[in-house]
Amino acid sequence: MTETGLIQLLTPEGERVDNPAYPLDEAADIKGMYRDMVLVRRIDTEAIALQRHGELGLWASLLGQEAAQIGSGRALTPKDMAFPSYREHGVAWCRGLDPLRLLELFRGVSNGSWEPEEHKFHLYTIVIGDQTLHATGYAMGIQRDAAEDEAVIVYFGDGATSQGDVSEAFAWASVFNAPVVFFCQNNQWAISAPQDRQSRVPLFQRASGFGFPGVRVDGNDVLACHAVTQRALQAAREGQGPTLIEAYTYRMGAHTTTDDPTRYRLASDVEVWRLRDPIERVRSYLARSGQADSTFFAAIDAEANELGERIREGCRTLPDPAPLELFDHVYAGRSAILDDERERYAAYLESFEQTDTALEEARR
Amino acid sequence: MSKLTLSKALNEGLRRALEADPKVMIMGEDVGKLGGVFRVTDGLQKDFGEHRVVDTPLAESGIIGTAIGLALRGYRPVCEIQFDGFVFPATDQIISQLAKMRYRSRGKISLPVVIRIPCGGGIGAVEHHSESPEAYFTHAAGLRVVACADAADAYSMIQLAIASDDPVIFFEPKRRYWDKGDVDTAAPLDSAVPLDRARVVLPGTDVTLLSYGPLVRTCVEAAMAVAPERSIEVIDLRSLSPLDMATIEESVKRTGRCVVAHEAPVYSGLGAEIAARVTEACFYHLEAPVLRVGAFATPYPPSRLEEHYLPDLDRILDGVDRAFSY
Ligand SMILES: Cc1ncc(C[n+]2csc(CCOP(=O)(O)OP(=O)(O)O)c2C)c(N)n1
Repeated sequence: MTETGLIQLLTPEGERVDNPAYPLDEAADIKGMYRDMVLVRRIDTEAIALQRHGELGLWASLLGQEAAQIGSGRALTPKDMAFPSYREHGVAWCRGLDPLRLLELFRGVSNGSWEPEEHKFHLYTIVIGDQTLHATGYAMGIQRDAAEDEAVIVYFGDGATSQGDVSEAFAWASVFNAPVVFFCQNNQWAISAPQDRQSRVPLFQRASGFGFPGVRVDGNDVLACHAVTQRALQAAREGQGPTLIEAYTYRMGAHTTTDDPTRYRLASDVEVWRLRDPIERVRSYLARSGQADSTFFAAIDAEANELGERIREGCRTLPDPAPLELFDHVYAGRSAILDDERERYAAYLESFEQTDTALEEARR
Repeated sequence: MSKLTLSKALNEGLRRALEADPKVMIMGEDVGKLGGVFRVTDGLQKDFGEHRVVDTPLAESGIIGTAIGLALRGYRPVCEIQFDGFVFPATDQIISQLAKMRYRSRGKISLPVVIRIPCGGGIGAVEHHSESPEAYFTHAAGLRVVACADAADAYSMIQLAIASDDPVIFFEPKRRYWDKGDVDTAAPLDSAVPLDRARVVLPGTDVTLLSYGPLVRTCVEAAMAVAPERSIEVIDLRSLSPLDMATIEESVKRTGRCVVAHEAPVYSGLGAEIAARVTEACFYHLEAPVLRVGAFATPYPPSRLEEHYLPDLDRILDGVDRAFSY
């Protein structure tokens, strides 16, 4: 632990820190974590470029938050359920989701086309904080099913902690001792609002008022994020109830591709955090400890290049939905009103096609 | 007279209101330093200070709930909800408290709170950023619900809303924020069209086309496209609750036909209320049923489908054509 109470297992320089509470996990796949972080950063970089080229409407970058997401995401067992907000591309990766499923949302061809139960990864939630209650309810279901090998994790930001729903989720999880881990990525900004606009105390301390443990972890340290999340999930599975994890990190990029952070924060602050890069420290550690050499790093870079190409190609060729798909999946059953609207709209569209054909014939 | 975008016109209107009354304040997410995600409040915190232009924590119920408290204390808060889809966490405060306080207190309490909401679609946004939630609010007695459609009107309407002693839900058509128009910033506020009055934006004789917010411009374009063969009278409702039935009735009795167009779903939308009222008031003048053009009874779709979901010029003219086929 550092003087600020931050749990850290790897310094920004890539030195291992001994922490008796979190002894080194010999089985930890640090090279795998490195690979995942490099690959999700590439997904992110490609997505930003695709947005610039008009292929995506928007993108919410995870730049700087790779360790928080990969560390916690890899701590999940296949049975654990994750509830993301809208920036958890790294967690999605850990849950085996094809990045193109995420790009679909930001391209505007879908609002969520994956099967949440298959991936144990719920749909993205854009309305801030809502998913914390869903996760708590899901965890209450696990209790009722006596499924002792399952737990839930829910992701949200520092800004979200101000929402009433998040406090309600804390209260419910606490009194029902629900097996849920609240994973707050404190990237210090909610668009232009700095973290002190949301709280006067460090966020992890909120938990104590609700009666469950809160921990603050170096969110740029993938080993620490992994260890702390694994511990909290295990506690949840063992019936010890919720934990709040505050992963202290930094949003290196703009809030989204439409945001201009130069209006509200200093470039020099960003530079300070660049020195704490989550990927660089693991690379230094792996190289210095002789666990990986240049061949390994080159292979990962080559893999990232391939992934980048697949994403670029895949994104450009994502099909637009057919107009009448608009009317699908509103209800489980039928709606006569909707059926009527669909029929009329189909006829309306057809009337244009007929006009076009008639015009073409007239021209011939 | 200056050429301003709708966004800048609102900014100027807010500035005038802040200058005119020290009790006026602005609050919302990212409204201060950033100037709002649409820059409507750009520069206001710098000029009026953090006490009057407040960057709030991220909590809509908190924004409206504390605005009610500030209003009880004599302030006139102008709240910004960042996007239409994010007003719902605040609906309890709006519907159960804000709307009813005057009635509950037998007129002793006024809550002059304005809630600005960028609304509507057409900008290729992700979920929850393109909605038209006006009907939820027109159903709540005690709220005034208005929508501006162009720069000049936005400039005066925002000031009238702030001056109103009733709570006002103020819809701003986000895809029109960048539309420019002539705004007379020197004109006195009492020369403006009152907040509860509709406005004929294009006179006509054959059919009355009613709209508000983002579709007013589309309706005018539709009318121009078929003129002079067909003479469409376009009315900007401006006040969605209460409705200015006098202006509507006068027009429909003249034209004999009425079409209502809005971005919100037709089903249980504002058009239903208008159709029922116009039918009752103008029954013997009508050549056709009052027709509605709007979105389908589905949630707002992914943006690549929005051009099908949102009524456009063709769909509005299709509605007008139908009004002539009876
Ligand atoms: C209820 C609600 N209000 C407002 C917004 C608009 N909005 C989107 S992201 C955001 C800031 C979120 O900050 P934080 O929770 O810290 O997460 P981060 O984006 O930094 O990951 C805001 C205000 C929203 N999506 N939902």
